[in-house]
Amino acid sequence: MGRALGRLARRFFSYSVRIVTLLLAVSVISFALVTVSPIDPVQQYILGLGTAVSPEQRAEIEDYWGVDQPPAKRYLSWLGELLHGNLGQSALYRRPVADVIAERFVNSLALMLCAWVLAGVIGFALGCVMGVCHGRWPDRLLKGLCYLLSSVPTFWLGLVLLLVFAVALGWFPVGFSSPIGVRGEDVSLWQRLYHLALPALTLSLMSFASIALHTRQKLIGVLSSEYVLFARARGEGAWTILRRHGLRSILLPALTLQFASFAELFGGSVLAENVFSYPGLGSAVAAAGLNSDVPLLLGITLFSALFVCVGNLIANLLYGVVDPRIGTVEP
Amino acid sequence: MEQKKETLLEIHDLTISFRMYDRLLEQRDLRVISDLHLTVRPGEVAAIAGSSGSGKSLLASAILGILPENAVVGGHLHYKGQELTPQLQARLRGSEIALVPQSVAFLDPLMKVGAQVDGHRRPRPVRRREELFRRLGLPEGTEDLYPFQLSGGMARRVLVSTALLSNAQLIIADEPTPGMGLEQALEALQMFRELADEGRAVVLITHDIDLAVAFADRVSVFYAGTTVETAPAADFRAGALRHPYSRALWRALPQNGFQPIGGFQPYAGDLPRGCLFAPRCPLAEEACRRRTPPVREVRGGEVRCFYGS
Repeated sequence: MGRALGRLARRFFSYSVRIVTLLLAVSVISFALVTVSPIDPVQQYILGLGTAVSPEQRAEIEDYWGVDQPPAKRYLSWLGELLHGNLGQSALYRRPVADVIAERFVNSLALMLCAWVLAGVIGFALGCVMGVCHGRWPDRLLKGLCYLLSSVPTFWLGLVLLLVFAVALGWFPVGFSSPIGVRGEDVSLWQRLYHLALPALTLSLMSFASIALHTRQKLIGVLSSEYVLFARARGEGAWTILRRHGLRSILLPALTLQFASFAELFGGSVLAENVFSYPGLGSAVAAAGLNSDVPLLLGITLFSALFVCVGNLIANLLYGVVDPRIGTVEP
Repeated sequence: MEQKKETLLEIHDLTISFRMYDRLLEQRDLRVISDLHLTVRPGEVAAIAGSSGSGKSLLASAILGILPENAVVGGHLHYKGQELTPQLQARLRGSEIALVPQSVAFLDPLMKVGAQVDGHRRPRPVRRREELFRRLGLPEGTEDLYPFQLSGGMARRVLVSTALLSNAQLIIADEPTPGMGLEQALEALQMFRELADEGRAVVLITHDIDLAVAFADRVSVFYAGTTVETAPAADFRAGALRHPYSRALWRALPQNGFQPIGGFQPYAGDLPRGCLFAPRCPLAEEACRRRTPPVREVRGGEVRCFYGS
């Protein structure tokens, strides 16, 4: 047990080192891309001020920001501030980038968590049904549905759901995370969930197909394996086999796959949040991009990279814990 | 009818085909086992010997009723005089009839050995399993290992223990020796011999005719999906075989002259008319190529040949 924990700690450490280096690479590349882009951050900042600025004042701002310095030096000073927790000031929201990200992330997290759980549960259940009915009509029907859903673009599906359930049927609100005209602290949990439902459904419909298809494939493999043949020879029925041998081998790969799907989840949330005007990180990144809000864009880029890395880290650690054949072999 | 009572398992004219779909959804049946005969009595080891990949393993699946869904079975199977229907098979497998599979691949890689041997029935027979593991010489703590941690010999004994725990009357051992050293193979076969001596019946499916002759009471020679001859083991050593194929097979062994014969076993989709061995048989005549010879009793054995003596 102690050795197992030690192994886990070592693996955690080595993955963490990799994440840090990856984040550094992401920061270099995104900084370089912003530097060569035609965006003028000073101009955007001045536009955001909303007042006229004299050429002398402008020169002062440029001097203060170090626009004349070489890019490497600017990058290093930005990185230094970053390491001290200062992500800069958002030109769009007039607030520290860290605050914007924190506030938006809470909203996004609620959305992504709901979608993630929903997609995992639905996907796994459907995958099991397809695997057990392999080749028969329920399998063919559901497989077709999965292929269809994974080829439909998120925003289109979001618009369709919006048209049907919010506009035509009026069951759900058209957008936002809370009712209009209600103070933030007065919004009840129920109202938040109510506003969350449609975007979460859209997002989960996008991502359950992959987990369902993976689970199906894995279960078909397990059910045609020699050890399932032997289980049948020993008198185990179909349900017993699924419970004793099937779930054991497919649940944990499905779970790791779920954690590894953070990237798709985040990518999907950008589109879903924009369609539903949901004030999360996804709509913030779109706004930052469209309004050339460089500090916010860089901040969210780094944060989303970290988010995806953490998902993959959990998936990697889970795999080692779960499969005894991986856990006991020392690298 | 009288005979069926004293035999444990009786198989008559067993035919197994697979329904295949060619291009353009043209359906055809691929016959892998044809007109197979086998009788097994309590207290004996009946071996089925034939070259690898000739469909012998399907025989075990047919007896247990666990063939793939596209398999079509013809002929008669009787267990203790009763027709082996799918319902009866479902009741018997794992309790009266047990399979000893050929390798550790037949164990769930993610389940510990103890839980796996105990099986799905409740309550778990933990005490009996512990006793059985001791008797089989499995070291303490084996039950907490995963299948991939077992050595070849341990895996063999674990697989045998699943059959012993069930108190099965009929044990079907499918290719229990490949991948084992001679010593391990002898040990494994000795285990089956002891099981039979305790009054159970063992069907030993193997490609190793030498080992089969050494441990079995009777050996059935399997060729192209059928049994061409069933003979007491002693007849092999005495050179008193009835079928030209069994004689050729015996002579092809290194210690018996190492003489191969020409040709090869026909593929399941391309079986000849009449006697399946006729195209390679030195004695074949026109009649052999026209119709399948019936099974005849000759000198206490069975042979499927017009001329076997």
